[in-house]
Amino acid sequence: MSDNGTFEPVIVGFLCNWCSYRAADLAGTSRMGYPATLRDIRIMCTGRLDPTFVLRALQKGADAVLIMGCHPGQCHYQEGNYKAIRRFVLLRRTLRQMGIDDARVQLHWASAAEGVRFAQTVARVTEEIKALGPLDWPHNWPNEDPYALQEANS
Amino acid sequence: MSEQEKRVGVYVCHCGHNIAGTVDVEHVAEWSQHLPNVVISRDNKFMCASTGQEQIEEDIKEFGLTHVVVASCSPHMHEKTFRNACARAGMNPYLFEMANIREHASWVHPNDRDGATNKAKALVSAAVHRVIHHEPLEPMQVKIRPETLVVGGGIAGIQAALEIADAGYHVYLVEREPSIGGHMAMFDKTFPTLDCSACILTPKMFDAGAHPNITLLTYSEVEKVDGYVGNFTVRVRKRARMVDEDLCTGCGSCWDKCPIKVVDDVFEAGMGYRKAIYRPFPQAVPKYPVIDVENCTYFKTGKCRMCEKVCPTEAIRFDMEDQYVDLEVGNVILATGYKLFDCRRIPNYGYGRLENVFSSLEFERLTNAAGPTEGKVVLRDGETVPESVAIIHCVGSRDKNYNEHCSAICCMSSLKFAHLVMEKTGAQVYNFYIDMRPISKGYEEFYHRILSEGTTFIRGKVSEITDAAHAPDEEGKLIVVAEDTLIGKQRRVPVDMVILAAGLEPRADSQAVGYMFGVGCGDTGFFTERHPKLDPVATATEGVFIAGACQGAKDIPDSVAQGAAAAARVLGTISRREVALEPVRASIDESRCSGCRICNNMCPYNAIDFIEAEGVSRVNPALCKGCGTCVAACPSQVITGAHFTFDQLMAEIDGILVDVTGEMPLVTEVI
Ligand SMILES: Cc1cc2nc3c(=O)[nH]c(=O)nc-3n(C[C@H](O)[C@H](O)[C@H](O)COP(=O)(O)OP(=O)(O)OC[C@H]3O[C@@H](n4cnc5c(N)ncnc54)[C@H](O)[C@@H]3O)c2cc1C
Ligand code: SF4
Ligand code: SF4
Ligand code: FES
Repeated sequence: MSDNGTFEPVIVGFLCNWCSYRAADLAGTSRMGYPATLRDIRIMCTGRLDPTFVLRALQKGADAVLIMGCHPGQCHYQEGNYKAIRRFVLLRRTLRQMGIDDARVQLHWASAAEGVRFAQTVARVTEEIKALGPLDWPHNWPNEDPYALQEANS
Repeated sequence: MSEQEKRVGVYVCHCGHNIAGTVDVEHVAEWSQHLPNVVISRDNKFMCASTGQEQIEEDIKEFGLTHVVVASCSPHMHEKTFRNACARAGMNPYLFEMANIREHASWVHPNDRDGATNKAKALVSAAVHRVIHHEPLEPMQVKIRPETLVVGGGIAGIQAALEIADAGYHVYLVEREPSIGGHMAMFDKTFPTLDCSACILTPKMFDAGAHPNITLLTYSEVEKVDGYVGNFTVRVRKRARMVDEDLCTGCGSCWDKCPIKVVDDVFEAGMGYRKAIYRPFPQAVPKYPVIDVENCTYFKTGKCRMCEKVCPTEAIRFDMEDQYVDLEVGNVILATGYKLFDCRRIPNYGYGRLENVFSSLEFERLTNAAGPTEGKVVLRDGETVPESVAIIHCVGSRDKNYNEHCSAICCMSSLKFAHLVMEKTGAQVYNFYIDMRPISKGYEEFYHRILSEGTTFIRGKVSEITDAAHAPDEEGKLIVVAEDTLIGKQRRVPVDMVILAAGLEPRADSQAVGYMFGVGCGDTGFFTERHPKLDPVATATEGVFIAGACQGAKDIPDSVAQGAAAAARVLGTISRREVALEPVRASIDESRCSGCRICNNMCPYNAIDFIEAEGVSRVNPALCKGCGTCVAACPSQVITGAHFTFDQLMAEIDGILVDVTGEMPLVTEVI
């Protein structure tokens, strides 16, 4: 929450090194503005995205997670993003059962040339999360720490 | 080293006003002082300048820093710079981490000083939390084989092969067609100088064919690629020519006597014929013909063998079979060129339906002195000289329905055609263009020359080419319908001949070829370079380079330049003898691997082998490219992705949410 009481969501981003991270770089060099709600983490490929990362971010208090990679067919490791899609679909199903709105975990594509698309995506997701309001998982599920569950299972 | 003993230095860069203009840099540095393990936190006008780098080096020594974080620009910009600074002070360069507070903060939140400053803090916190989990890594050194594979023998591939061969290293040049030469061999004149294409290409083709350091593998294709930079193994299928290259002298008796005529869709663009045993063109390299078994009567009916009878050296071998050649090479250059846009895809232009609508390559053959009409520009009937000709630019290019990209050469080839048509026929020429884009050296001058020669330029996209006459002067003509946007009027221009300047597209098999070599294709389908500005010939796969029109539509001078540039990169790695590979690799803790083999099929590079004897999986570090897909997939969580480990990423997530988790608010006053 900002000082004047308006809700400013905290969105954790996972960007693949080759396309979407570079798209974010391009949005920067081209000075395309977007809301300061995204805090991004670089991974080499969306194929590296362990669903645990998403759970961890939500469990630690993020309002949403935005995963971005290369367009299907253009992954720099050929097919990592296809693997990501499959995991994403499963993860979202699980999250839905926990009552988490689909909008809170999104997967999008942006090529290294698509700075505009990147900026627009962040802006759009921000609006959606603003409309949904805070997630506040740590307080909503005080006794069910999904990360602890995951660790206990492994 | 225990967690407590880790000593982190944080450096927040102003980048002049680039960061400091929006982010409160001094405040971020001050705030970072309170992050765990941080012993020194400073701000600096320009971290990448020598003073900034020296500051890091001095602090590492003075404060005994074990890890370093620089908050400045994108790691794609300066990660190497700062890693080197750390290395100079004796620190392992992988104990460094960067926070991108310029491209990802100050430049994108210019009107939100608080938002940008808070985001910068979160990013610095993420880097600090992450970096203490970094471990020293050593780049992998691999030996480079000095041999090179060049795929595609167009002008780009020929240039690359010659550069490397001249430098004293061996090249295998693999070409799919019976001869090298590519598209350039089809042309008569080249813009903007109008010099004869064959005169400048033939000597290069000859040199490539005769060079002691070049092995030509024509009528051949790569079937399989294994290995990694420095050590690729490549299987090439050499299709059976049915002609013994050791005996054949290229005398031509066989194709003179061969009774079967076949439309030549490749070299003659469908405008002329060849025989069933043929050499695509007189200057072909190598000079030996091939038998096209699909059309040869002997292969179809078992009778004929005319060529065998007339061959003075008994070089015909009907029983020849495809051969497989295995090559070992250190580097690869892909130079597979382009394919022409198929004009049939735009039905309203009538190509394939209206006889006298020609594609640009067809016109190239028509105007070529060695072509089917011996260079006479005539209509499809083979004799009528056109009195008026329309040349349509941008066919299939710059059009969202077909290709969004500009094909870069069509304005110039259209101008070239205008000149050739006028010179050869005196016809009235109309060029329909959207924008005139003659952008390279000497091109604008060429445009002015064509303007002064009397070509009529009409600015407007052609909507239709039709033979339905509306007026007496349109009878028996092709009518080009377009809006002339300079006068804002619809125009109908009756002509005898239309030439469609078709765009350049990626080869139909570019995805498959790219896949084989680990090279992606961008939105347009052309091969993707490692960096669009700073690394235009390298690709995401180390040791695989791209040159010529396979990377994007381009003209001959640019193709030649890129061929030479790719060769220079290859020569660079050869002369280093070894390359250092980024140690971002996966490794499996075999003692904990359950042997489920899930990871085996995950790896796009087949880098994971299952060791039957031990019942565990193992990563071949030389094949692994570090994508991390297997790391995320392993159900036992026993695969570590170096530099992107589970612990590092978890810590980064915790760090990026430092305020939300309650660890530390983003406002200093509270501390
Ligand atoms: C109508 C027209 C006129 C033009 N006129 C001019 C001009 O006047 N001046 C100018 O500068 N440019 C001109 N150009 C552009 C010129 O054609 C290109 O710049 C140039 O040919 C690009 O060379 P390249 O070697 O990259 O590709 P290409 O010439 O296409 O050569 C690629 C080669 O690779 C081979 N190949 C493809 N795939 C494989 C594979 N998988 N395995 C093995 N071999 C393979 C092909 O058979 C071919 O021989 C013109 C283009 C057109 C369409
Ligand atoms: S997925 Fe993990 S446990 Fe299964 S074989 Fe691979 S490394 Fe071993
Ligand atoms: S990190 Fe990627 S390339 Fe390396 S072994 Fe795992 S899946 Fe293969
Ligand atoms: S590298 Fe971008 S999704 Fe795989």
